[in-house]
Amino acid sequence: MTSRLDRYSTYAALGLFSALAIYPLVSILFLAFHKKTDNVTGFSLPTTISFHTFTAAWTEGGFAKGMWGSFLVAASVTAVAAALSLLTGYALGTMRFRGSGIWFNLMVLGLIFPYEATVIPLYYDFQDVHLSGTYWTLILPQIGQSISLGTFWMRAVFLTTPRSLVEAARIDGAGSLRILRSVLFPQVRPALLTLCVLVFMYTWNEFLLALVMLQGSNNTTAPLGLSYFAGVTRSGDPTKVAAAAVMVALPVVAVYLVLQRHFIRGVLAGALKG
Amino acid sequence: MSDASREAPRPRRVTGRAPGEPHRVAYLFLLPGLVAYVVFTLFPVVQTVRLSFYDWDGITSKAWHGLGNYRELFGSSEIRAAFGHSVELILFYAVFSLAIGLFLTALMTHFRVRGLMFFRTVLFMPQTIATVVVAQAFTWIYDPSGPLDAFLRSVGAGSFAKVWLGDFTWALPAVGLIGTWISFGLVLILLLAGAQRIPQELYEAARVDGAGFVREFVAVTLPGVRNELLVAATLTTITALRNFDIVYNTTSGGPAGRTEVPSWLMFHDAFEIHRVGLAAAIATVLTAVISLVALGISRFYTEARQ
Repeated sequence: MTSRLDRYSTYAALGLFSALAIYPLVSILFLAFHKKTDNVTGFSLPTTISFHTFTAAWTEGGFAKGMWGSFLVAASVTAVAAALSLLTGYALGTMRFRGSGIWFNLMVLGLIFPYEATVIPLYYDFQDVHLSGTYWTLILPQIGQSISLGTFWMRAVFLTTPRSLVEAARIDGAGSLRILRSVLFPQVRPALLTLCVLVFMYTWNEFLLALVMLQGSNNTTAPLGLSYFAGVTRSGDPTKVAAAAVMVALPVVAVYLVLQRHFIRGVLAGALKG
Repeated sequence: MSDASREAPRPRRVTGRAPGEPHRVAYLFLLPGLVAYVVFTLFPVVQTVRLSFYDWDGITSKAWHGLGNYRELFGSSEIRAAFGHSVELILFYAVFSLAIGLFLTALMTHFRVRGLMFFRTVLFMPQTIATVVVAQAFTWIYDPSGPLDAFLRSVGAGSFAKVWLGDFTWALPAVGLIGTWISFGLVLILLLAGAQRIPQELYEAARVDGAGFVREFVAVTLPGVRNELLVAATLTTITALRNFDIVYNTTSGGPAGRTEVPSWLMFHDAFEIHRVGLAAAIATVLTAVISLVALGISRFYTEARQ
């Protein structure tokens, strides 16, 4: 039996921290709905419901290009990394073969390496093969990195699939690829979607690689475009920077609100199974 | 790939092993992913370590430098200070967010709350926002005309108002608090996942024994979430050690180097002042530290599990 007061103070504490978690986002959203001439200070409520700052930021910051770049990179990385992780996870999670433990450990090692550990040689390697400044320089390294997470995740998922299903299918004469496609794939599909959601989010939000790889190029990504735009615009008009920031965050936030179970489950499972 | 399915049954017949144990075909499934990982992640890490033994401006030919870069790294007060700043940031990213997470977990296990899904959704939100966006939001919050100083003035504490990100004393803590904001929701959700697995009887037994809020937390909740606590500590510490995006997009290492961190110096040395070898050495040391933290904590974790 807990007293009513205690219960209310728990809700108060949770409410306070929830407000803190959401406030920075609300503050830029409010800022974006101001006019430059409002000379905004502090936490004033929106003065206008016009989307002028958004359209202005979109054109001035060239965000059509950045959004497209981010989408292209995130979609390619997600599709390829998910497909390859499905295969590695299948091999490591359902088949017994020599060295499987070593291969698994080697691939999971990649979870530790930050892009800080790879970005310098990658930059010069891509220069050597004349790919500097192209989206390949973001897509390929992020596929490599996402496969670590994906292999780790999909292997764990395949380990939970019932062996009897696989054996029954094999006795019926199904080959490995057939078993994956018709027997196991339907079972691991929800987990694969979770992986896709996570990889898409990480790739969309990535900044360091884009900053290094796309320097001096016409290509850009949404976060990189935002960083440049903020650098040249903030002192002049913070409302436009806020609008740009909201637009860059929006796609992932929208996906999060629709698929939030996948996000939380994915991050939790990924973290705790390690 | 279609070859794989045709060849699959063959090893079974040759080796006479149980059905369900194809072995060679496994390499075909493993290979594409393994190659992509080795070429684009593992090999570059090795290259980084190799580059750290050279003196190189990124254009002319490389000159063997032995341990020169490392000598410079450990001798330079600027680089040592950057690693020191990282340690300070761990206080904010890891220690503060763990403290907040533990406090809320204690409350939420003691008093059953409704609307857990709602709180989880909101508290996890910071994890999904691009760090560049987070940096813009906090640059505004810390701005002299932004909400924080306005709040201080409105409660009569206007003398504390300052240019937070440009202040010699306060810039680093201000950057650190961004990390606390990013991390605490994740920590809480990890801890709650652990707390959900604690048998309800343990709480009932503790209450029968007359345990209050604090005793219950120390005796039941804390041991029950020990593994999750270690995982949360690892993740937040690694985020604190990396932390390039926030620093680059808020302070760029300033004022006067007060918020320089190793990953920022790595970027600066490699791509702005073209001391590639030294940058590679910084990256190598940073990666080594992160690996040690990850391996050290995962060691604890497996011990605690047994």
